[in-house]
Amino acid sequence: MWGYYTQQLIHSIPFFLKGLWMTIAVSLLSLIGGSLIGFFAGVGRASRARWLRRLLSVYVDSIRGTPFLVQLFILFFILPELGIQIEAFPAAVLGLTICSGAYICEIFASGIEAVPWGQREAAISTGLNRYQQLRFIILPQAMRTILPPLVGQYVLLIKDSSVVSVIGVLDVTRAGWLTVQRIPEGILVFGLVGILYFIICYPLIHLVNYLEARMTVQKFRL
Amino acid sequence: MLEYFNFRVIFESYPLFMKGFLSTGWISLISLFLSLVVGTLACAGRLSKSRFFSTPAAVYIETIRSTPLLAQIYFFYFGLPSLGLRVPELQTGILALTLNSGAYMAEILRAGMQSVSTGQIEAGTSSGLNYFQRLRFIILPQAIGVTIPPLLGQAIVLVKDSALLSLISVMELTRAGQVLTSERFMPAEGFFTVAVLYLILYFMLKFLSIWWQKRLIFRQAV
Repeated sequence: MWGYYTQQLIHSIPFFLKGLWMTIAVSLLSLIGGSLIGFFAGVGRASRARWLRRLLSVYVDSIRGTPFLVQLFILFFILPELGIQIEAFPAAVLGLTICSGAYICEIFASGIEAVPWGQREAAISTGLNRYQQLRFIILPQAMRTILPPLVGQYVLLIKDSSVVSVIGVLDVTRAGWLTVQRIPEGILVFGLVGILYFIICYPLIHLVNYLEARMTVQKFRL
Repeated sequence: MLEYFNFRVIFESYPLFMKGFLSTGWISLISLFLSLVVGTLACAGRLSKSRFFSTPAAVYIETIRSTPLLAQIYFFYFGLPSLGLRVPELQTGILALTLNSGAYMAEILRAGMQSVSTGQIEAGTSSGLNYFQRLRFIILPQAIGVTIPPLLGQAIVLVKDSALLSLISVMELTRAGQVLTSERFMPAEGFFTVAVLYLILYFMLKFLSIWWQKRLIFRQAV
């Protein structure tokens, strides 16, 4: 019987690859959107304007304090009540963007605050304005602290993309869920799902470790 | 939309929300303690010098970290029956949560133990303490204080991850919102209340973490 099910599973591999493509699509779009939101929010969070910091911490705390599933349900079920008709895929990308934006905001903010204050003083005394300070002095140095946790957050984003399967987006997890209704061998089917996610995430995790090691050496050299 | 926001339904469904809230609390607490046990074993295995223990531990940790929690939950939910084991949903969910959280606990514990400076361990060795005595009198007392904040962070993650158990029909807080959506067609009231209740749990744990860090600072200053 295992042989029969394994054969069926091998026939379903194109279906899983379609799901893999969907996972990559959702993750990539949310990655770009979340990084953009996170970048501007992070710069704002590290700024001197207290009202901006407070406003952004409301945003960040609401996202960090609630499960992504609840956020997704709120978007998917409540936006139609407000009159905005939204499909599953856009709702998924929107939800994942907003969620990851909050975490990336924290990463950017702590990276910017990690740059020594003396650098900012030197920038101000050299006559650079706020934008020039950020662009030429603060951000290049902050990127060293930001890059490893940022890539780590991308891994978390790819894993969180599995949750969007519950509102019908046909990603790898949903492909597995649909397949297991036909092929009742949960271990085989979700073993395959796990292998597909593993192929994407494991190299990225090693990239994070590599980046951390490289960044640390440079820091001590200064 | 707010003029139609039906607070009466929320008061009527108060038992449902409370049941879900307490259920989420219990599930998170039980998973936290069980995953501490699993994490301790995995950490001991990872740090062990013999490859017989360190390789399975490393495989376990890397697999969990590279695959999404939802895929792991489905793996056990659909996979255990195919092995012939009929486990109720609640226990399956707690098993998946425990194994998932155990891997991250192992990393937290490892970081905590490695934060104790080697000078302390050398002093212990030169004073004639054996491995277990060093562990008990020197390493663990110093490591515990450092480990508590990430541990509370992991507790917050567990509370949010437990929301995924609603997808295998475990009665918990997100499920309460789903019930309100499917039975009374009121997703806004349901999920906003659920979000607020999750935020209550989040801020409780956050203040606990801040209190502990303040306590740690005072202790170290003295």
